[in-house]
Amino acid sequence: MDVIIENREAFLSGLLLTFQLCALAVVGSLVLGTVLAVMRISPVPPLRWLATSYVNVFRNVPLTVVFFLVVFALPTIGVRADFLRIPGLDLAFTRLGIDLPYFRMAIFALLLYTGAFVCEALRSGVNAVPAGQAEAARAIGLTFGQNLRHVVLPQAWKAAVVPLGSVIIAMIKNSALAGFFGLTGDLSATFQQLISARGQPAIPVFLAVAAGYLVMTVPLGLLLDRVEKRQAVTR
Amino acid sequence: MRMRTRKLAALLAIAALALGACGDDGGDGNGSGEFESGTTMAELADAGSIRIGTKFDQPGFGLVNLEGVPEGFDVEIGKIIAGELGISEDGIQWVETPSAVREEVLERDEVDLVIATYTINDERKQRIDFAGPYYIAGQHIMVRADDDSITGPESLQAGDKTVCSVQGSTPSENIRPYLANEDEQLVLFDVYSRCVEAMDAGDVDAVTTDNVILLGFIAENPDGYKLVDSGTFTDEPYGIGVQKGDDPFRDFINDVLEEIVADGRYNAAWDATAGQFDPNPPTPPTVDRY
Repeated sequence: MDVIIENREAFLSGLLLTFQLCALAVVGSLVLGTVLAVMRISPVPPLRWLATSYVNVFRNVPLTVVFFLVVFALPTIGVRADFLRIPGLDLAFTRLGIDLPYFRMAIFALLLYTGAFVCEALRSGVNAVPAGQAEAARAIGLTFGQNLRHVVLPQAWKAAVVPLGSVIIAMIKNSALAGFFGLTGDLSATFQQLISARGQPAIPVFLAVAAGYLVMTVPLGLLLDRVEKRQAVTR
Repeated sequence: MRMRTRKLAALLAIAALALGACGDDGGDGNGSGEFESGTTMAELADAGSIRIGTKFDQPGFGLVNLEGVPEGFDVEIGKIIAGELGISEDGIQWVETPSAVREEVLERDEVDLVIATYTINDERKQRIDFAGPYYIAGQHIMVRADDDSITGPESLQAGDKTVCSVQGSTPSENIRPYLANEDEQLVLFDVYSRCVEAMDAGDVDAVTTDNVILLGFIAENPDGYKLVDSGTFTDEPYGIGVQKGDDPFRDFINDVLEEIVADGRYNAAWDATAGQFDPNPPTPPTVDRY
């Protein structure tokens, strides 16, 4: 217990950085996943093929390989996830704006990978909407976009909440890989620093780091349960 | 054939454990003549085998060759200690011990010795004991051969240069005080080769760790990298890890270290291994019998 109290600053800053990483990667992967899902159900065949190929590639490749691709392969062709230097956002998330690219690369790798899963979770929700709903919407003259926005997606979202929650929780745990690809100071890197360089006993540090991930995943799970219950009533 | 020796070694290890247990129970074990019975030395000598933890990926100190056998200065020191116990090279079981697990393998009795570029420090001394030091390494900084903007750790204080090291390593802790902003300047990977790749790609400006490790990279690519002018800026005394509280064994290893420095075997071991990267022979440090 002393170990945890003595090193509380390291744990807290690690927790904060992992939280920032996850928050940005969740938003990114929800956006990417929604775009992919819309492409996969769109009436334009090339878009469907493109999104299907993307999902097949990124859902089936191990996350470690995606990290290798983003952190070591893409820089050789000049891609360093610089599009994530979003002006304004780097005031709240200071790591976004710095020269070292590894925070941005970690977000990029996580969202590339998780986006494929989000797409499939959303699509499972869309499939749960009775076909008659979309047909009725088309019959009253709604366009594809209006159909999605007003009829299909709001219902699909309810069915997709549970699988989406699992996807996001899995992503939070997956974010531990970032500490092994150049990101300094997240929870998993803090773990390494404390037990190995500072010689702290492994078990208490391990438990504290595990608790750090639970602090993020357990409340998220409870929140999703509540969302699910509320939506079950309105259905 | 190798399988058979390995099985034999395993059997012997079990026998050693059994003998050790007997020794504890009966008080007077049947130790060999040379060592006092009941000591680790007697147990190992009787068993005719020893388990030594070392690095498998450290050029010059412990690097496995194509046959899967480690080579290097640490390995040579291990062979000498085993030899002093009357154990032949066939009786040594090499166990890969990356930096992160060196204390654990001793605490869990998975190895008898750890000789793995293992820096002596007080935190580690609380969990295990060190014989030695047998070599004083020092932290150094490596940059691209055409980069003259970094001359020493002080060049990092301005905050515009990035530096790479390995997670959980002593060098990564030593460099932190020199940095203006850790978040913006420090990059940590799991192995040093990634740092070198990142420096090749231009994502980091420098790599810092013990001089011998950096010399290994420079030996592979002498035109690509160089050490900065300032020289080493820390002393990293490399020790030999033994289980906590085993003072007779520690004394024995310290005696062996003093002996091999005096009779020239130390320098011969250096010249055959790490000396190929570092032309200056090291000054053997005095052992610390704390």
